[in-house]
Amino acid sequence: MASLLGRFCRKLVVPGSAHGSRMISTTACDSEAVKSLNLYSAINQALHIALETDPRSYVFGEDVGFGGVFRCTTGLAERFGKNRVFNTPLCEQGIVGFGIGLAAMGNRAVVEIQFADYIYPAFDQIVNEAAKFRYRSGNQFNCGGLTIRAPYGAVGHGGHYHSQSPEAFFCHVPGIKVVIPRSPREAKGLLLSSIRDPNPVVFFEPKWLYRQAVEEVPEHDYMIPLSQAEVIREGNDITLVGWGAQLTVMEQACLDAEKEGISCELIDLKTLLPWDKETVEASVKKTGRLLISHEAPVTGGFGAEISATILERCFLKLEAPVSRVCGLDTPFPLVFEPFYMPTKNKASSSSSLSSPLKKKHYLIMGLHVWCRYWMQSSPLLITSHSICFFR
Amino acid sequence: MAMWFARSRNLVSSLRQNLGLSAILIKRNHSSPRPVFTNYELSSKVFLDPSTSFRHESTAVESQPDLVQQSDHEDDAQELDFPGGKVGYTSEMKFIPESSSRRIPCYRVLNEHGKIISDSDFIPVSEKLAVRMYEQMATLQVMDHIFYEAQRQGRISFYLTSVGEEAINIASAAALSPEDVVLPQYREPGVLLWRGFTLEEFANQCFGNKADYGKGRQMPIHYGSNQHNYFTVSSPIATQLPQAAGVGYALKMEKKNACAVTFIGDGGTSEGDFHAGLNFAAVMEAPVVFICRNNGWAISTHISEQFRSDGIVVKGQAYGIRSIRVDGNDALAVYSAVRSAREMAVTEQRPVLIEAMTYRVGHHSTSDDSTKYREADEIQYWKMSRNPVNRFKKWVQDNGWWSEEDESKLRSSTRKQLLQAIQAAEKWEKQPLTELFNDVYDVKTKNLEEQEVGLKALVEKQPQDYPTGFHI
Repeated sequence: MASLLGRFCRKLVVPGSAHGSRMISTTACDSEAVKSLNLYSAINQALHIALETDPRSYVFGEDVGFGGVFRCTTGLAERFGKNRVFNTPLCEQGIVGFGIGLAAMGNRAVVEIQFADYIYPAFDQIVNEAAKFRYRSGNQFNCGGLTIRAPYGAVGHGGHYHSQSPEAFFCHVPGIKVVIPRSPREAKGLLLSSIRDPNPVVFFEPKWLYRQAVEEVPEHDYMIPLSQAEVIREGNDITLVGWGAQLTVMEQACLDAEKEGISCELIDLKTLLPWDKETVEASVKKTGRLLISHEAPVTGGFGAEISATILERCFLKLEAPVSRVCGLDTPFPLVFEPFYMPTKNKASSSSSLSSPLKKKHYLIMGLHVWCRYWMQSSPLLITSHSICFFR
Repeated sequence: MAMWFARSRNLVSSLRQNLGLSAILIKRNHSSPRPVFTNYELSSKVFLDPSTSFRHESTAVESQPDLVQQSDHEDDAQELDFPGGKVGYTSEMKFIPESSSRRIPCYRVLNEHGKIISDSDFIPVSEKLAVRMYEQMATLQVMDHIFYEAQRQGRISFYLTSVGEEAINIASAAALSPEDVVLPQYREPGVLLWRGFTLEEFANQCFGNKADYGKGRQMPIHYGSNQHNYFTVSSPIATQLPQAAGVGYALKMEKKNACAVTFIGDGGTSEGDFHAGLNFAAVMEAPVVFICRNNGWAISTHISEQFRSDGIVVKGQAYGIRSIRVDGNDALAVYSAVRSAREMAVTEQRPVLIEAMTYRVGHHSTSDDSTKYREADEIQYWKMSRNPVNRFKKWVQDNGWWSEEDESKLRSSTRKQLLQAIQAAEKWEKQPLTELFNDVYDVKTKNLEEQEVGLKALVEKQPQDYPTGFHI
């Protein structure tokens, strides 16, 4: 797994590949210092920088004082003082409400919810208050300085309440942003952008990667723009879209597909709300196929939004229905986790990736049917693009 | 194994013989007490900058009948440390009663006839201040009446009054400084009125016209004004309470001579955010004044269906918050209580809870008919005999500071001003359609731009399906 992740996590030196090249990150120059960090250390670094660069910023939540249950807040209280980095009572609605108040007074409040599974008591404050704070006041007030961080996603043994991916709930809320990084370097840049963005942001961190993912992370202060998806692997036959830890799985599916001669284009969405439709649209118009993958249950998951949008924009270019390879419609199970998860096998065997008929084949089929209909003098115009009829 | 047991048994018995049983018991050493900090002491070291400490001895807190009754059987020698600090033991099994033998008394200054009760504590109010307070209470009454009627006439979509709670509204506002940040529930427009929000500005929000600072996005009475340090009203109940704790903490960090002041009704204290707000304010030692308007009703739910405690004031101690119960219909008492609470909050950097007892004379809102769930006699009684405006008026008049002539002049001119404001507000242009899409984020996002283009095209194509007056 480590070697696979090592291949997945981008390094400054790009290995040459016959089947598609990697996008080089533009976030660090060769001259800048980098350090090999895991995800929680990268996030820790971002928080240190955020507090350093803005004296009116605060970090708080349950257990953040001693460093946090995932060590993301190590050293902050010692360095910046307990007035700015502190534990809160065990009350998520209080944490977020208090953060909204601080932010409304012009401060940056970076609050931590211990697990995304426990964010729901704060849902009212996030949806009814934070998201609408600016709009309802006619821009007299805002709580843009609020950033809510929460570890999300499968961890191998988390069960119902330490594995959830609740991003879809929040993607339905105009007024907030939802950001999910895929790796340590991305996390640092995206978190700094989220903290400094003048809108309330919910930042989900893939807990699976806290220790597992190791990457060269520039030590300086840098930001990765929000609402900009990234093509992290170029290809021509199919577009795969995902976020967070799922991209490592999808990368594997891409490598497997490559062996069968299928060239995959992999996109990291990064920001789910507002999401970069243009990048995905351009890719699907090129490849003609789309596969979306997320850990959250498939029904009502964010994949549905991407699918509907791409169908609206790229219908005539699609050669196959949009595939969603997602979690099952069950609470996140413990012993059944390996069966629940959208693994690379599920991705590889999905209709979009498996047995992809060549475009030429479809064209012949299309012409054949068109001719038959024409001869029956019921003019039904079927072009080579209406392949869905023949699947 | 048996040998091991035998050996250990011998060990214990030899210990007992040599040292006595007492050697095995852990005894509290009186001579050198282990230093243990209570949570309170720990946090005060942590949160207060020693060089700029605001702490000083507050005025003596009025002694109240303790909920925890001292037991005769308390054994001083048996006192042990727990994580929360030292606590004494007792061998008597006694439950704290669910309520005190008597209810927490209600602080008041003026009796029902508008006379100051002898020997009352209160902060004197000058003629100028008293007259202004009375004028504003009367203005609030007229405003409520006229806007309510405007809703009944179909000119605005919704309204809710503060009838019966004018003293709480105005006297609390008068006791605060303009820098104190107010986070209202929704029945406190008098605070905004006091701070200088004009009748025209109130009308503009109710009509949602182009001049509304809220840009027509919310229902009437959802006022907000950053200029007046009055956070925009939102319908969800009690959400403002933990936010007030955050606001108070921000003021604390900025070392401002100001506090957060937030209002809630009796019903709102059942919400989780009430617990969250008070607990956070207490732990963070934030300067927040929580004012609960206990007006007896949450729409149709009487307080007997809302809680089983002695109102709200007793809940303060549960959070380590200093609290007071005050007669909410006594303007002088409310003024004194809020003024004192505010001073405590700012100088001691702590939250304070005020329960203002009152009665909601009006219906919950224009969508409610309260005669359906309460006696018309009850409403009438409070409206006539326990009217806070009349009570204060008597005192102001008795001082020679107000006459009936002043009264009729004020009421008629205010009424006229309001009618004009409503007429003007009604005629104002509507908001341009683009305001539907602004301020969702700081900058309009792509999807919103697309939706705006789409909507404008649709409206231009089918204008008959849309209300007029919105500039595209």
